[in-house]
Amino acid sequence: MKFIIAIIKPFKLDEVREALGSIGIAGMTVSEVKGFGRQKGQTEIYRGAEYSTNMLPKVKLEIAASDEVAAQVVETIQQTANTESIGDGKIFVLDLASATRIRTGESGETAL
Amino acid sequence: MMKKLTLSALALVTAAPALAAAPVPNPGNNAWMMTATVLVMLMILPGLALFYGGLTRSKNMLSMLTQIGAAASLAMIIWVMWGFSLAFGDTTYEGTLGLFISGGSYFLVGTDMNSTAATFTDEVISKYVFISFQMTFAAITAALILGATAERMKFSAVMMFVPIWLTIVYFPIAHMVWAGGGLLFEDGALDFAGGTVVHINAGISGLVLAYLLGKRRGWPQEPMPPHSLVMTMIGTGLLWVGWFGFNAGSALEADGSAGLAMINTFVATAAGGLAWMVIEKLAGNKGSALGFCSGVIAGLVAVTPAAGNSGPFGAILLGIISSGVCYVFVATVKAKLGYDDALDAFGIHGVGGIVGAIGTAIVYQPWIGGPGDGSVALGEQLGIQVFSVVVTIAWAGLGTLAAGFLVKATIGLRVSEEDEVNGLDIAEHGERAYN
Repeated sequence: MKFIIAIIKPFKLDEVREALGSIGIAGMTVSEVKGFGRQKGQTEIYRGAEYSTNMLPKVKLEIAASDEVAAQVVETIQQTANTESIGDGKIFVLDLASATRIRTGESGETAL
Repeated sequence: MMKKLTLSALALVTAAPALAAAPVPNPGNNAWMMTATVLVMLMILPGLALFYGGLTRSKNMLSMLTQIGAAASLAMIIWVMWGFSLAFGDTTYEGTLGLFISGGSYFLVGTDMNSTAATFTDEVISKYVFISFQMTFAAITAALILGATAERMKFSAVMMFVPIWLTIVYFPIAHMVWAGGGLLFEDGALDFAGGTVVHINAGISGLVLAYLLGKRRGWPQEPMPPHSLVMTMIGTGLLWVGWFGFNAGSALEADGSAGLAMINTFVATAAGGLAWMVIEKLAGNKGSALGFCSGVIAGLVAVTPAAGNSGPFGAILLGIISSGVCYVFVATVKAKLGYDDALDAFGIHGVGGIVGAIGTAIVYQPWIGGPGDGSVALGEQLGIQVFSVVVTIAWAGLGTLAAGFLVKATIGLRVSEEDEVNGLDIAEHGERAYN
């Protein structure tokens, strides 16, 4: 099993969710996060006083997937969240040691 | 028979002046002035409180709201004890003293339900209404200063400063500008609703007090963005609505002059709000919500002395110019000179007030659509207006310096560094705005 963490632009969330749904991904965790990368921050101006914030709002997706679908998930996110501009985000894939469904106690891929 | 006739004729003659001496207020005028008075109250709470409060950091929100509410309340109590007396009291002093203050009527002695106050025509309004209307002006002027001193002034220092400042600065200036026999009133200064008395006065006093207090810790290196521009926008709207009471109410009657003040308070403000956003765009930035709010206030402030002293297009011109000059002060001059006028009480009220007071000389002229009859030449009126501005700046500056030093020397003006970092809400009031 793989654990996929994707950082994407907030406005791409709905599109990515839909695309993942269509390849059979039935659940994910979404959080609003802040961070910085090559895109740096943004400038805010209040009555002429400029404040550059070095953190930008992003959305973090966390998805657990079986080894077979993991590559497809990465590809789908990469294609859907892509705007071909700086700050589109990153996708990380980790090995997932175990998964348990709390209600039934099922574990492994059946718990996904 | 002849003798009897003469006697009754005499009785009539003596009775007539007695009747004329007790004019009855027109209920329409009275009703409008009562409405105008509560509209000015709306400007203070919640208008100004939310406008300023939104501009603070969230840890100082309640401190801003509380300081404004308490300072305005204190001003009201002082107004009925000796404020009204010093500004508009029944006893007029001969000679130099009379140019600066009046006396009598302390604790409103001698005033009852039947007492009346003169308007600008033969009409009268109830004196209690006039006293209340003028009371709200004293209250809002004291509250306006607190924008310059936000986020670092002790609550106790505010409560000690306000009564001293009202007594030595506000009441004399109100007398000078608005009371018969006052220095600037007799000089012919045009100040319809308080460009000098309220805005220049509060702006300069705020600047001086901000200077005495010192900069906020971390300013300007640390970002201090407004915590809620939504609150600021709500406050701006309430200020604009309330300002119709402030400006049109200053006609003291529900007449054409009030109508003129009303339309000017619409168009100058609209022009000011749009102009600020256009200037932001021209400066290479985006037209912003705070820019709109700032322009609205700049327009309102500038049209205050001109409200009944300008035509609508003169008022539009004033609104635009005021936004431009205020923008330069808050965006450029403040950073260059390094004074921490935290919420721009000086940058918008002081500067906009000066633009309005001097500009009134121009927009008053008949050739630009003003209500003036041209009997006082533009040059002469400009001289009178500039003199009134200089007197106000000097009086407010020196008076605030004295009041500020007195507070500083006794109880101190500023919160401790720890309290400032933790925020004045918790440190001074033991509450948090948002839980």
